Amino acid sequence: MKELITSLANRYGVRDWKDLKAGQAACFVDSGRLRDCLRWLRDEAGYAHLSFATAIDQLERGVFTLTYALRNHERGHSLLVHSEIDRTRPVVDSIHRLWAQAWTYQREMKEWYGIDFPGSPRVDEEFVLEGWQGPPMMRRDFDSLAYSDATYAERPGRASSDPAEHMKRELYPEEQA
Amino acid sequence: MSDKHSIPGPLANEGLPLAERGLFCDAPPRQYQRANKITEAFWNWARAQSLWILGFGTGCGAIELRPLMTSRFDMYRYGIQPRPTPRQSSVFVIGGYASVKTLKRIVRSYEQMMGPKFVVALGSCTINGGMYWDSYNTIKRIDQYIPVDVYIAGCMPRPEALLAGFQELKRIIRAGRGEGQNEYARKFEWYKANQKQVIKDWNMPDYNW
Ligand code: SF4
Repeated sequence: MKELITSLANRYGVRDWKDLKAGQAACFVDSGRLRDCLRWLRDEAGYAHLSFATAIDQLERGVFTLTYALRNHERGHSLLVHSEIDRTRPVVDSIHRLWAQAWTYQREMKEWYGIDFPGSPRVDEEFVLEGWQGPPMMRRDFDSLAYSDATYAERPGRASSDPAEHMKRELYPEEQA
Repeated sequence: MSDKHSIPGPLANEGLPLAERGLFCDAPPRQYQRANKITEAFWNWARAQSLWILGFGTGCGAIELRPLMTSRFDMYRYGIQPRPTPRQSSVFVIGGYASVKTLKRIVRSYEQMMGPKFVVALGSCTINGGMYWDSYNTIKRIDQYIPVDVYIAGCMPRPEALLAGFQELKRIIRAGRGEGQNEYARKFEWYKANQKQVIKDWNMPDYNW
């Protein structure tokens, strides 16, 4: 494992290696070197399997964290490769030529977060939404409640109550007095 | 059931490409013409005895139909059974929350059902949004988009509640108060406007018959 960490650091400037638990680690790489790094991991280091790819909106820091989960089946080891991109310019290299299935994840990230992967097949098509015209809805600055209130008709008279308080009132009315 | 018999104008079907518009029906739905009192009463009795529900599970509620179908609660003894296509069904069970994507299929299926048709809506999601009250993609009350005859409250309602709901529906039908289909025809433009307001990519005929 030591060698892997050093060669990743030397070749691609990979840093912040962290063993999360037995058989799982995480590391960080700059987005510009992400694709090369993943290619090397796949071809030279045995991390041949892409389990999933996803994004995390770090609104406070103004970045999206991309996460690629790779697995080395021979060694029984998983590696989470993180990378960050600017929230205002969310473009990153597509890896659909490394793992063909990646285009699905990329299409998902395009629709949900507005992260673009130029060249990825069908990346601009709708993924789970249909006829959606609002902003990417998984971005944390998207106000779901406001959108829902403005878009969908509501039945008047809806009220909410704190479950604990409500059950106390219902079950032990004598204690309330 | 009908009061006035007017023939509304043809539908524009603007969601369809020009070349396809001629292929689809452009007539809006019409109200049901009642037969004479005795015949109608007999028909209503017969309708209430054979509720055929559309096998289209929307939302979590579809899961609750399974125990209803199987031996423990056995809805067949009440003349209720699922059918595979809208054309063969008379009852549409909206099984809970409806996303906009599902709503599109709900509208389509509802319009394809033969009259007289009835809608049972289960779960708080269909009534006031339930726990999807702040969802960006889920409607908050189904009766804005299709008419509803019976609501069954709960999250999820138990099979017993569903059976009670179906008995209520039978009473409504026998009393000749199952007016959903006529209401849909009467307020067709209102329903359409509501549907189109949320279904932004309207690419089907205005009336899917
Ligand atoms: S009412 Fe509850 S069970 Fe029914 S669809 Fe909504 S969340 Fe699901």
